[in-house]
Amino acid sequence: MSTAIKETQKMIEEVLDAYPEKAKKDRAKHLAANDPTGQCSTCQVKSNIKSRPGVMTVRGCAYAGAKGVVWGPVKDQITISHGPVGCGQYSWWSRRNYYNGQTGIDTFGTMHITTDFQEKDIVYGGDKNLDAALHELKGLFPLAKSMGILSECPVGLIGDDIEAVSKKAEKEFAMPIVPVRCEGFRGVSQSLGHHIANDTIRDHILGKGLLEKSTPYDVALIGDYNIGGDAWASRKMLEELGLRVIAQWTGDASINEMGIAHKAKVNLVHCYRSMNYICRHMEEQYGIPWTEFNFFGPTKIYQSLRKIASYFDDSIKEKAEKMIEKYKPAMDAVIEEFKPGLEGKRVMLYVGGLRPRHTIGAYEDLGMEVVASGYEFGHSDDYKRTYPEMKEGAVIMDDATLYELEEFTRRLSPDMVGSGIKEKYSYHKLGVPFRQMHSWDYSGPYHGFDGFPVFARDMDMTVNSPTWGLIRRKK
Amino acid sequence: MKIKDHNELFQEQEYIDQFERKKEFENCPTAEEVQRIAEWTRTAEYRELNFKRQNIKINPAKACQPLGAVFCASGFEGTLPFVQGAQGCVAYFRSHLSRHFKEPMTAVSTSMTEDAAVFGGLNNMLEGLENAYTLYHPKMLAVCTTCMAEVIGDDLNAYIRTAREKGVIPQELPVPFAHTPSFVGSNITGYDNMMKGILTAVTAGRKGEPNGKINIIPGFDTYTGNYREMKRLLDIMEVKHTILADVSDIYDSPNSGEYKLYPGGTPLADAADSINALATIALQKYSTSKTMDYIGKEWSQSAVALPPIGIKNTDRFFEELSKITGKPVPQEIENERGRAVDAMIDSHPYVHGKRFALVGDPDLLLGLISFLLEMGGIPVHVVCTNGDKKFLEDAEAILSESPFGREGKVYTGKDMWHLRSLMFTEPVDFLIGNSYAKFLWRDTGIPLIRLGFPLFDRHHLHRYPIIGYQGALNLVGLIVNTVLDEMDRKTMNTTSFDVIR
Repeated sequence: MSTAIKETQKMIEEVLDAYPEKAKKDRAKHLAANDPTGQCSTCQVKSNIKSRPGVMTVRGCAYAGAKGVVWGPVKDQITISHGPVGCGQYSWWSRRNYYNGQTGIDTFGTMHITTDFQEKDIVYGGDKNLDAALHELKGLFPLAKSMGILSECPVGLIGDDIEAVSKKAEKEFAMPIVPVRCEGFRGVSQSLGHHIANDTIRDHILGKGLLEKSTPYDVALIGDYNIGGDAWASRKMLEELGLRVIAQWTGDASINEMGIAHKAKVNLVHCYRSMNYICRHMEEQYGIPWTEFNFFGPTKIYQSLRKIASYFDDSIKEKAEKMIEKYKPAMDAVIEEFKPGLEGKRVMLYVGGLRPRHTIGAYEDLGMEVVASGYEFGHSDDYKRTYPEMKEGAVIMDDATLYELEEFTRRLSPDMVGSGIKEKYSYHKLGVPFRQMHSWDYSGPYHGFDGFPVFARDMDMTVNSPTWGLIRRKK
Repeated sequence: MKIKDHNELFQEQEYIDQFERKKEFENCPTAEEVQRIAEWTRTAEYRELNFKRQNIKINPAKACQPLGAVFCASGFEGTLPFVQGAQGCVAYFRSHLSRHFKEPMTAVSTSMTEDAAVFGGLNNMLEGLENAYTLYHPKMLAVCTTCMAEVIGDDLNAYIRTAREKGVIPQELPVPFAHTPSFVGSNITGYDNMMKGILTAVTAGRKGEPNGKINIIPGFDTYTGNYREMKRLLDIMEVKHTILADVSDIYDSPNSGEYKLYPGGTPLADAADSINALATIALQKYSTSKTMDYIGKEWSQSAVALPPIGIKNTDRFFEELSKITGKPVPQEIENERGRAVDAMIDSHPYVHGKRFALVGDPDLLLGLISFLLEMGGIPVHVVCTNGDKKFLEDAEAILSESPFGREGKVYTGKDMWHLRSLMFTEPVDFLIGNSYAKFLWRDTGIPLIRLGFPLFDRHHLHRYPIIGYQGALNLVGLIVNTVLDEMDRKTMNTTSFDVIR
C-alpha cells in the first residue's frame, strides 16, 4: 500500500473518531483513499445503503429522483405531486430543466401542481379526489399529452390505489396517465426514484410514440436534463456529427420523444446513474446498443465524439475528426485564457450520481486537480468508473455528511468546492470558493463545445473573485 | 474573451433552427392551436372553469408545516432542528431556506425508510438523537415530524422519553417537540406548533419573579431585517425584551471566514425566563395563534398580536407597547414616523389610484393591504392559499374601513392559477407576491413587486425591514420605484420620458 493511500486512510480514521460507535462502523465503509488500479481491497467504498439517522446526510428521496430528476422535465406532461403541498413546493422549477413551449398552455414544466392532501384524504383515502383532479386538469389544459401521478409518502402508507384511478382516466382521456410509486420513504436516496421512473416510462410510454421515418443515423440522447441548456448544446454537436436525435430524455422532452427512443440505432447516455435501467431494457427488448459518453471539457468531448462515431459508418467518423479539428482552436483558446488563473488549483467535489466523475476531465483541462470526490447516491458501478479517473490517495466519499465535508475541507484545504445549495453557503462562510454543481449556479450550459467556455469562465470567477480576499479572519 | 451563456446562446439562429427541427419529433400542437388555447385561458369562461376546481392546486402559495417548524426551531441558541420522518423532506427544507436567505441551514432527519413504515420510527429516533447529539453538540434538539411519521403514528413524547431512559441523550438536554403533519395547515401552522412546543418545554417549572421584559414573537417572518429593526426600536424605547425565535443571526450571519453551526438565536436562558415577562407581543397573528392562546391561558400573561406593517399598524404597536410598559414613545421614533409619512406624501401621486393584486401568507397580506390603503392604492385581488375564514373576515374588515378598499375581494384557499384568471379578466396595474409570481408577470405583463417568501430571484431583499416606520419607508421606496421603472419602460419612446418625477 502506498504512502499516499496510507496517509489518506489515517486522515479518514481521524475524521471518523467523532462518531458514536455504530455510526462510525457504518461510515467507515463509505470513505476511502483512492486506488486507481482497483487492487487495494480496502479502497472500495460501500454505496447505495441507508443513511444513518441524525448525521445530516445531503441526500434526498425517491420522489426527488422520480419527479425532480426524471419526470419533471417532460414538458407536455402534467406532473402532479400527489400528496401534501410541500414536496412540489420545494422542487418547483429548482432544477432549471430548460424547455421550449408556452407554459400553462402546451407545456407545464415550471408549474407546481398538487393534490394538496388534507387530513380527510389521509383518513378516507385520496383516490376519489385524484380522479376528480385529473378531470379538472383535463378541462383546464386540453393540450396536455399525458399526466403523471408522482406519489408522496402518505399515498403508499394509506394504501391508495392510484393505478386503478390512472387506468380509468387513461381510457377516458385516451392519453397516458402514469402512476409513479415514488413515495419518499422508498429506498435510500433519489436513486430508487430514478429506477421507478424508468420503469414507468417502460410500462406506459415507450413504444407508443410516432416516428414517420427512420434513418441509419437515428440516436436518442438519454440522461441529459437540459440544465441551463446542456442537452441543447449536446444536441447541436450530435447533429453536426451527422446524427439525427430522435429523442431527448428528459430535458426539453415531449411525451412523443419518450415513446420513440426504442427506434434509435444507438442510445447515447450521459447520466448513466439515472437512466441506465431503461437503456438496458431497450437493449434486451429491442436490441439497441447503448454507450456512455462525456461532454464535459475538450479532452473528454474529443474521446466521446470518436466513441460515438465508432457506432456508425466512415462518413460519421470523418465528421468527428473534422469537428475536433474545427473546434480545437476555440477550445485551446479557452484553456489559454483561463488556465493561468486556475493551474494547480485543487478541487473537492460532492454531487449526485454523475458529475463527481464526469467533470474531472474538464477541471484537468484547465490544469486543476480533483483531490476528493463523492456521490450522494452513486452505486458501486459509479465508483468503479471513478477510481481510475482520480489520483492515488484522493478521498472518495459516499453519502457524506455535513460534518465529514467540513472536516475534509479543513484537512485538504481545497481551492474550490463543487457541491449543492445546502453546502454552498457554509463554504461561503468558510471563505472557500464554491460552485453549485447541480444547477450550475444558475449558469450553463456546461456540456459540449458551447458549454466548456461557460464552465471555464465560471470556475475562474469562483476561484479568482476578489470578494474572497475581503474576508477578515480573527487572528 | 466573449463568452455566451444560456442568456444569449439560445437566442442564436443556429439554436433557433435546431429548436424548429426538434419539433419533428415532438408531435406538438400547431402554433395556431396553442395561440387559440392561450387566448381562451384569458377569458371569463376559462375563469369560471378555473374557479370550479376543487381537487387540485396549481401554483399554490404556501409551504408545509415542518418547514415552518424547522424555521422556528433554528431561531433558538444552539438548537438543531430534528425531523422525524423520511429524509427527502429535510433536504428540501434546507434547500428552500438556503435559496431564500443565501445562508446555510442545518437540520437533521431520522432517515426513515420502508422498515420504519412497518415497525415504527423508534429505532430511527434513538440512533438519530445519539448521532446528532454526538456529532453536532446542540444545546437543544427541537423535534418535529414529516407526514410519514404522522401517518404511521409515531409518538414523539414516548420516543423521547425512551431515548432519555436508554441514555442516548443526557437527561438535562431540552428536547421539545411538535407534531407537524404536512396535510394539516401550512408553514405558518408548523411555526406556531413548534413555538408552542419549545416554549412549553423550556419554561416548565420556571415560573418565578416577574422580569419586567416584553416577549416578542415575530411569527413566520422571513425578513431578517425585521428582527434587527424590532430590536433597534425596543432598544431606543429602552424596553427590555426577548425575541422568541430570533433567526436574525442564523439567516444573516457575518462572514468572518469561519463556519458556525449555531451562529446566534434566542439564548435558552432567556427563552426559559419568557414565562416571567410582563407581556408577549406577536408581530403576526395567524402564525402564532395557538402559542398566544397558550401564553394567555397557561402563563396568565397578557398576550396580544400587534403586526407593525404600515403607519397605523405601527402606531397601534407603539401605543400598546407604551401602555404595557408605561414608557413613552421617544421623540426619535416619532421622528422616524414623520420621515416615513413625509416620504409617503411625496410619493403618493404615483401610487394613488393604482390597482394591485396581492398573493402571500395571511399576516403579510393584512399588513400590505393596510399599507396600500394608507397610500391611496387600491387592493383589488387578494389571494391567500393558506388563509382561513378568520383571515377572510379580518381582511374584509380592513378593506371596508377605507374608500380605497371597496373594490377589494379576498380569495382564501385559492392559488396563483386562480389569480392568473383574475388578472386577465379584471386587470390591475401591479402585482405583489413572491418570486414564483414572476410567472404571472410573464403571462399578464403586469409588473411584480417582490414581497414575501420565498424570494429566490432577487438578492438581499429580506435584509431590509418592512416593519415599523423604517419598514414603511422601505415599502414606499420599493413600490414607488417599481411604478416609476415601469413608467419609464412604457414611455421610453415618447415625450413623457421625464427626468424629474
